[in-house]
Amino acid sequence: MNARFALRMAHRELRAHRRRVVVYMAAIATGVAALVAVNSFRSDVARAVSRDARAILGADLELRSREGFTAPVQALIDSLEAAGYETARAIRFGSMAYTTANRNAPRLLEVNALEGGYPFYGRVTTEPAEAWQTFREGRRAVVDPAVLVYLGAAVGDTLRIGDAAFEIAGVLTEYPGELGVRVAVGPRVFIPRAYVEETNLLRFGSLASHRAYFRIEDTREVHRLIEAYDDLFDAERTRVETVAEVEEELGEALGSLARFLGLIALAALLLGCVGVASAVHVFVKERTETVALLRCLGARPRTVFAIYLIEAAALGAGGAAVGAAAGTGIQFLLPALLAPFVPVDIEPRVNLTAVVGGLALGALVALAFALLPLLRIREVTPLRALRRDFAARVRRLEPWRAAVLALLAAGITAASISQAPDVWTGLGFAAGIAATTALLGATAWLLMRGARRWLPRGAGYAVRQGVANLFRPQNQTLAATLGIGFGVFLLATLRVVQVNVLGQLEVDTGSHRPNLALFDIQDDQVVELNALLAERGVSPLGSEAIVPARISAVNGRPVAEILADTTGRRPPRWVLNREYRNTYRDTLVETETLTAGRWWNEAPAPSAPGVARISLDEDIAEELRIGVGDRITWDVQGVPVESEVASLRRINWARLATNFFVVFEPGTLDDAPKTHVVLARVEDPTERAALQRAVVERFSNISMLDLVRVQETVDAVLSRAALAVRFMALFSIAAGLIVLVGSVATTRYQRLHESALLRTLGARAREIRRILAVEYLAIGTVAALSGSALAAAAGWGLARFVFEMPYRVPWGSLAAAWLLASALTVAVGFASSRGVVRRPPLATLREIAE
Amino acid sequence: MRIVAENLEQAYESAGRRLVVLRDISFTVEPDEFVAIVGPSGSGKTTLLGLLAGLDRPSSGRVLLDGRDLGAMSEDERAAFRAANVGFVFQTFQLIPTLTALENVLVPLELKGNGQRADVERARALLERVGLGERLDHYPAQLSGGEQQRVALARAFANEPAVLFADEPTGNLDAENGAAVADLLVELNRERRTTLVLVTHDPKLAARAGRVIRLEGGRIVSDSGGAGRAVPRASAEGAAAGGAPEGGAA
Repeated sequence: MNARFALRMAHRELRAHRRRVVVYMAAIATGVAALVAVNSFRSDVARAVSRDARAILGADLELRSREGFTAPVQALIDSLEAAGYETARAIRFGSMAYTTANRNAPRLLEVNALEGGYPFYGRVTTEPAEAWQTFREGRRAVVDPAVLVYLGAAVGDTLRIGDAAFEIAGVLTEYPGELGVRVAVGPRVFIPRAYVEETNLLRFGSLASHRAYFRIEDTREVHRLIEAYDDLFDAERTRVETVAEVEEELGEALGSLARFLGLIALAALLLGCVGVASAVHVFVKERTETVALLRCLGARPRTVFAIYLIEAAALGAGGAAVGAAAGTGIQFLLPALLAPFVPVDIEPRVNLTAVVGGLALGALVALAFALLPLLRIREVTPLRALRRDFAARVRRLEPWRAAVLALLAAGITAASISQAPDVWTGLGFAAGIAATTALLGATAWLLMRGARRWLPRGAGYAVRQGVANLFRPQNQTLAATLGIGFGVFLLATLRVVQVNVLGQLEVDTGSHRPNLALFDIQDDQVVELNALLAERGVSPLGSEAIVPARISAVNGRPVAEILADTTGRRPPRWVLNREYRNTYRDTLVETETLTAGRWWNEAPAPSAPGVARISLDEDIAEELRIGVGDRITWDVQGVPVESEVASLRRINWARLATNFFVVFEPGTLDDAPKTHVVLARVEDPTERAALQRAVVERFSNISMLDLVRVQETVDAVLSRAALAVRFMALFSIAAGLIVLVGSVATTRYQRLHESALLRTLGARAREIRRILAVEYLAIGTVAALSGSALAAAAGWGLARFVFEMPYRVPWGSLAAAWLLASALTVAVGFASSRGVVRRPPLATLREIAE
Repeated sequence: MRIVAENLEQAYESAGRRLVVLRDISFTVEPDEFVAIVGPSGSGKTTLLGLLAGLDRPSSGRVLLDGRDLGAMSEDERAAFRAANVGFVFQTFQLIPTLTALENVLVPLELKGNGQRADVERARALLERVGLGERLDHYPAQLSGGEQQRVALARAFANEPAVLFADEPTGNLDAENGAAVADLLVELNRERRTTLVLVTHDPKLAARAGRVIRLEGGRIVSDSGGAGRAVPRASAEGAAAGGAPEGGAA
C-alpha cells in the first residue's frame, strides 16, 4: 500500500468537502462533548466527596440510636470522652413549628438539639455571624433560611416547638453537606440540647434519632474502635457511621447519578455515529467513480480503501477533539444544574482521563460506524470508470463485514457497560439501543416500501414527487428516521416517566383523596382531636393505628442468632434490626394488591391459638426470606407477640398514602401501645392552614403533613432532576438535528441538480418548496411517530419494572412531541435546502452538466 | 508494448439469461502500433478495451501484455502493472472533481510512490504541453470539456505508459475541441512512442490509426492489420491527412 499517496489523497478530498466535514465532525463532537462533560463531572464529584466527606459527617465517628443510647453504649461514649476525644451529642426529630409573630400555618421541621462543638469539621456560617455561638447559651435557635420563608418569620421572632419557645438567633448561610433537596423537604432548626425536654416532644412513638459524635483524628483508631465494639453495637441496635462510609455511600449515590447521565451522553454519541455511518454511506456512493478511476490508474484496492479510511479516521479524531474541548467546558455548567442533589462544592477541573477516554471512544466508535459503508469501496471494480452502469456484482455478508458488525456490537455493549451504574443496566441499555435502532430501521424500510407501493397517483405533482423522493437513490429516509426517531424517543420517554411519576402524586381538587395527614397522635388524644376536627367541620377520611415493634425472632430463631450466623446467606441487617411501624386493618386499601396467600376472611385459622395473622409486603418477605405460613415473633414495647404470615401484598409506594410493611389482623394488637394517624381533606388552603395552627396549639406533639405542600416540593425536585436529564438529552436532540442537516447536505448536490432541472422545465420556487415540504413532513411525522410510540412502550416498561407503579399513556405529551418534532424536521430541512430553491438554475446546470 | 488477445469471450448473466458480449476475439498489437477499435453501439468495443487493460477478467481466453498473462495476476498485481505501464483516456474525462488540474495529473506519479518535486515539474510541463500552463490550480468544474480532456491527456502520459487505452476520447466534445484533442493525442503518442489502442465512433480519428479493428455483435468483422502486421506509421498518417473514410477496412 502506498501510504504517502493515500494520506495526500485523503487530505485533498477533505479540503474539497468543507461543508460536510463540519457536519460530520459536529455529529461526533456533540456526543463526545456530552460524554466528556459527564465523565469529568463524575471525577469532579468523586474528588469533592473525598475532600468533603469528613466535613459532611462533621466528625470522625458517629453513633446513632432510635431509642436513646442503652447503658453499655452510654458507658462507651463516656469512656471515649474521658479518654480525651472531643465529643458532642445531638437529638434529631421531626416536629411542627410556628412563629407567634403571625398566624401562618405551622410547618414540619427537622429539629436538631445540639450539645458540644459539633460539627468538628467544615465551616458553618450564620447571619448574624455570632448566632452559631450565641444560640447555645439560651432558649435560642438557628434555622435554615427556608424556615423563615415557610413560616413568614424573621430573625428575633419567637419560634414555638412543642411546648417550648425559642428566639430565632440567626439563619444558616453555609453548612457542610448542604443539600438543596433535603433542605426543601425538611428545613432544619438547631436548638441547644439542654432545652429539648421543655418541648415535651420526645414521647412514645415519636421518630427521634439520638446521636453522639467524636473527633478521633487517627483513622486507624476509629477503625480499631469499630472492630472492637462491633458486637456491642449490633446487640444494642446502634448504628455506626465513619468518614470512609460517608465517602463510599455518597460517592456511590452521586456516581450512579452521573452514570445515568453518562448513558444519555452515550446515546447522543451513538446517534451522532448513525449520522456518520449514513454520511459515509452516501459519500461512498458518490465517490464510486473516483474510486473506479483510481483503480484504473493502478491504485490497489487497499490503497483506495486507505484513502477513505484515513479521511474517516481524521474526521472522527477531529470531531472527538472538538467535542472533548467543548465537553471540558460544559462540565462547568453541570454543577449548577445538579447543585440541589450534590451536597459538596464541586470545583470543575480539566480531567485528563475523561478527555482522553472521550476522545478515544468518540474516534473509535465513529471509525467503526464508518467502516461498515467504507468496506463497500473494496467492491468497486475499475470497469465502472468505463461503464457507468456497471454495478458491483455481489452483495454478500463477507467475513470483513461480519467482523465489523461484531466489533460494533461488542464496542457498543462495552461502552454501555462502562458508562452504566451496573452491568445489567449497561446490557439493558445496549439491548434497548439495538431494539430501538432495529425498530426505527424497520419503520424507515416500511416508509420507503409504503411510499413506493401506495404512491398517491391522484395527488398533485408536488406530493407525488415529494413522496417519490423518499425512496429515490441516495435518499435520506433511513438516516433521518433514525436520527429524528431516536431523539424523539429519548425526550418523549423522559417526559412520559415524569408525567407518570407526578400523576401518582396528584391530589386533584375534585377528588375524595386526603390532602392533610396528622400523625404522632397519642391514644388519649384521639377523642379530643376528633372533637376539634368536628368543631371545624372536618370529618376524617381515615384513621390508622401505628404500633411500633421490632422483630425478635423469625421461625423461632432469635435475631441475634440469625445475625451471628455467617454460614450461608442471611437476611440483611436492616430488615432484622429496624423498627417496624405496624398497623391492623380489616380490608386491603387502594394501593395494595394481594400476591400470595389469602386475606383474613378467607385465610385458614392460625396454626396455634394466640398467634396473630399478619400480611407482609412482598419485598420485605423476600428480604426476610420467608413466605406464607412462616412465623415472626415481635417485640412490642417489651411484650412478645407471636405472628404467622397469612398473605403477601404488593404496595404501590409511589402514591402518597399510609402504607405499611406489616398489617396485623384486627383484634390482635388492641392492647399494644400505639399512636394514630388521621387523614383529612380540607379544600380551602386558608382553612387548612388555620386548622393546622389550631391542632398544634392544642396538641404540640401532633405532626402534620400538608400533602399539597409535599406534592409541590416533590414536583420541584423532580422538575429539577428532569432539567438535568433534559440538558443531557439536549445533546441527543442536537446530534439528531445534525444528522438531519447532514443527510440533507449530503444530497444537496443531487437536489441542486433536480431543482435546477425542474425550474428549467418551468417549476416555480413554490412548487419546489412544496416538494421539499412533502418529503420532510413524511419523514418527520413517521420518524417522530415511531419515536413517540417507542417512548410509550419504554415508559410502560420503566413504570412496570423500575418504578413499579401503574402506567398511563400521556397522550397529550406524546402528541406534542410528535407535532413538535415533525415541525422541526420541516424547518431544519428547509433551512438547509435554502440555496437549493434560491439559486438560478443556469448557474447550477453549468456547474453540473458536462 | 505488445498486446496479445487469445480467444477472448465475455458473457454476463443478465435477468437469468447469458448474454455473450464478446466472442472469439484474437489479435496481436505490436509495440508502437496505433490501433482503432470501431463498430456500432453495443458491439462490445468498450468491453474489449476493459479486458485488454485488465479492468475485468474474461469469461474465457486470455490477454497477454508484454508476454504476461493478466488473468494470472492478482487484483493487486494488475493494479501495480497498470500503475507502471498503462495510461487511460475516457470519454467522460473522469477527472477527480476534488483535485486541481495539477493534482489530477500527479495522481499516477504519486501512485508509483514518488510525488517529489521532479514529479510536480513533470506534471506542470505536461499541462503546459497540452496548453493549460495557466490553469494548474483550477478544479475540473472550472474547466471546459475540451480543457478537462486535455488535463486527462496530460494525466494519461504522466507515468510514461508503454500502452495507452482511450475510450471515445473525443466523444463528448464538439468538432473543434475534438479535433484539438485528437491532434494532441496523436502527437503525444508519437513523441513518446506509446502503443495506443482507442475505441472511437469518429471516422476521422479512426482514419489516423495505423490499423482498424471493426467489431459487430461481439465479433471481429474486419482487421486492417491482418495477422499482427504493423502498418508503417507514415502511411497511416498519410491516410488521415487525406481524410480517407474509416481506414478503408470495410
